[in-house]
Amino acid sequence: MFENLSERLSGVFDRLTKQGALSDEDVKTALREVRVALLEADVSLPVARDFVKAVQEKATGQAVTKSVTPGQQVVKIVHDELQHVLAGDDDNPGELKIDNAPAPILMVGLQGSGKTTSTGKLAKRLKEKNGKRVLMASLDIYRPAAMQQLEILGTQIGVDTLPIVAGESAVQIAKRAKQQATLGGYDVYMLDTAGRLQIDETLMQEVEDVRDVVNPRETLLVVDGLTGQVAVEVAEEFDGKIGISGVVLTRMDGDGRGGAALSMRAVTGKPIKFVGLGEKMDALETFEPERIAGRILGMGDIVALVEKA
Amino acid sequence: RLTGRKPAKPVVKRELDDDMLEQLEELLIASDMGVDTALRVSANIAEGRFGKKVSTQEIKQILADEVARIMETVAKPLPLYPQTPQVVLVVGVNGSGKTTTIGKLASQFKEAGKSVVIAAGDTFRAAAVEQLQVWGDRAGVPVLTAPEGSDPASLAFDAMTKAQEMGADLLMIDTAGRLQNRQDLMEELAKIVRVIRKKDESAPHNTLLVLDATTGQNALSQVETFQKLADVSGLVMTKLDGTAKGGVLVALADKFGLPIHAIGVGEKIDDLAPFDPKDFAQALTGSDSL
Ligand SMILES: Nc1nc2c(ncn2[C@@H]2O[C@H](COP(=O)(O)OP(=O)(O)OP(=O)(O)O)[C@@H](O)[C@H]2O)c(=O)[nH]1
Ligand SMILES: Nc1nc2c(ncn2[C@@H]2O[C@H](COP(=O)(O)OP(=O)(O)OP(=O)(O)O)[C@@H](O)[C@H]2O)c(=O)[nH]1
Ligand SMILES: [Mg+2]
Ligand SMILES: [Mg+2]
Repeated sequence: MFENLSERLSGVFDRLTKQGALSDEDVKTALREVRVALLEADVSLPVARDFVKAVQEKATGQAVTKSVTPGQQVVKIVHDELQHVLAGDDDNPGELKIDNAPAPILMVGLQGSGKTTSTGKLAKRLKEKNGKRVLMASLDIYRPAAMQQLEILGTQIGVDTLPIVAGESAVQIAKRAKQQATLGGYDVYMLDTAGRLQIDETLMQEVEDVRDVVNPRETLLVVDGLTGQVAVEVAEEFDGKIGISGVVLTRMDGDGRGGAALSMRAVTGKPIKFVGLGEKMDALETFEPERIAGRILGMGDIVALVEKA
Repeated sequence: RLTGRKPAKPVVKRELDDDMLEQLEELLIASDMGVDTALRVSANIAEGRFGKKVSTQEIKQILADEVARIMETVAKPLPLYPQTPQVVLVVGVNGSGKTTTIGKLASQFKEAGKSVVIAAGDTFRAAAVEQLQVWGDRAGVPVLTAPEGSDPASLAFDAMTKAQEMGADLLMIDTAGRLQNRQDLMEELAKIVRVIRKKDESAPHNTLLVLDATTGQNALSQVETFQKLADVSGLVMTKLDGTAKGGVLVALADKFGLPIHAIGVGEKIDDLAPFDPKDFAQALTGSDSL
């Protein structure tokens, strides 16, 4: 549906293939297209703006490689910068801090973003890949059948869930989970929480109280990969109020461009640790910046082409 | 911001120039309207006004009026037909709010004196049936179910028979969430529609696509594909109680012209409102400062 960046730029640069270096004016023209491409990929406006500024500084005056067009050259610069921002200095995105058993992991996010599913997926991964004993607990006392959902997932993947007790508050459940995890000799306990809006003061306070009770080793913000412009605000508010340690980006099996990844990373500075790639319990992978970068720009091949040149 | 009362600001008029136009565009882009539509909408209102002096308040009102004008043609409540049971199929990507919206709609129709039956067509997701049963209880309407993992098309078929026998006015069918690029799942949905039509050629009488307001430009591809494979007849947008503005609806209205029947404004049973173009436009253009 959308033109990819190299198509956009090939139009812009058709007339100047023989120049030796990218002039200020070339770069400016190209970056207007880059900005549009980012916005169409759902990168939040302020993030797109800052990003373009950073690229402008890097691109101006760069020599043009003979065998590629200036358009391809700009794409490469943009792509590298994008990958750089997305990767941060996080070497092992798939690693979670789970020393000091039992290590609490808190899952938070908007309604329907994929928290419960991701809780199950991560528990399965910790169990199978890291050989950990995991306990899952649902703190969602609001959504109909939320607790049963986690319980069923637990049965499917062979991970224990905290017994459901009606009438408890989220904090009470968290305390019970902590106690059971300690007494039961679990390595990790995962707290799945109810979906909440970042502007809902009561519910944001609730999850702050939970945090204060368990002191999570990881607090993961679960974000829908199809999220649009609101991503920045969601990231700021959740990080500001609860303090997140990483992001799980779900629904990346869709055909969305995934611009929310850049917004999340740029705003919080926190690593994107995992991506969700389906509804099944094994559809979780560690985050790969180069793949998402190509996707946000709507292209993959062009970079390899420039690299070879 | 709450402390002290600022003296009323004098109304400042500014020339509508390129700068201001760009600010308007960005306001619209920040609502998820998409670049193309944002450019067109702001160009529309600039026409004949470029170079003239306007206040921020005025230009925002003009912008809101323009958005409301575009949206007026698509603001339509869910149509009711004389055929019974009227079959309402509810579709959409994962987590968009299908099940919750069915609960809310069932409650509204029940209160309007209709007899409603719900079919739990999500036989895939863990506890999807249990979730819908709670909504059925809340709305006071029966929920027809099949075991987890069973074929949703045959559940829909059986539900139509049962709803007929029960003399229901409305049958609402929930479906599992599916991403529009999953061909197998979209084919499963097309099959549900085919099977429903075997029973009643005119059904489903409404196929509602439920969109999440936090979704960005992917909503365009959602509407396109779901319309192609499941004959979507109308839209519902949920989660407009958050800070997402749902600006992509403007692009959708422009491109597809599908009616917008209702909006979700919370998780409670009464949190479903008619789509009001003026309120929508005001919220979209209002809160951001210019
Ligand atoms: N395609 C796809 N679907 C996913 C993914 N992650 C979750 N889902 C689906 O998204 C829907 C919502 O997921 P949940 O895990 O229930 O989301 P949640 O955040 O716990 O929702 P609430 O508790 O209601 O706030 C379900 O249909 C999941 O199967 C993913 O990575 N890809
Ligand atoms: N704030 C808010 N939350 C909503 C609204 N509509 C639904 N939700 C919440 O969004 C989450 C997902 O809603 P569901 O109705 O389960 O969505 P679904 O489309 O049936 O999900 P799947 O069946 O898993 O694909 C739940 O936590 C709902 O309470 C709304 O209008 N506003
Ligand atoms: Mg959940
Ligand atoms: Mg559902």
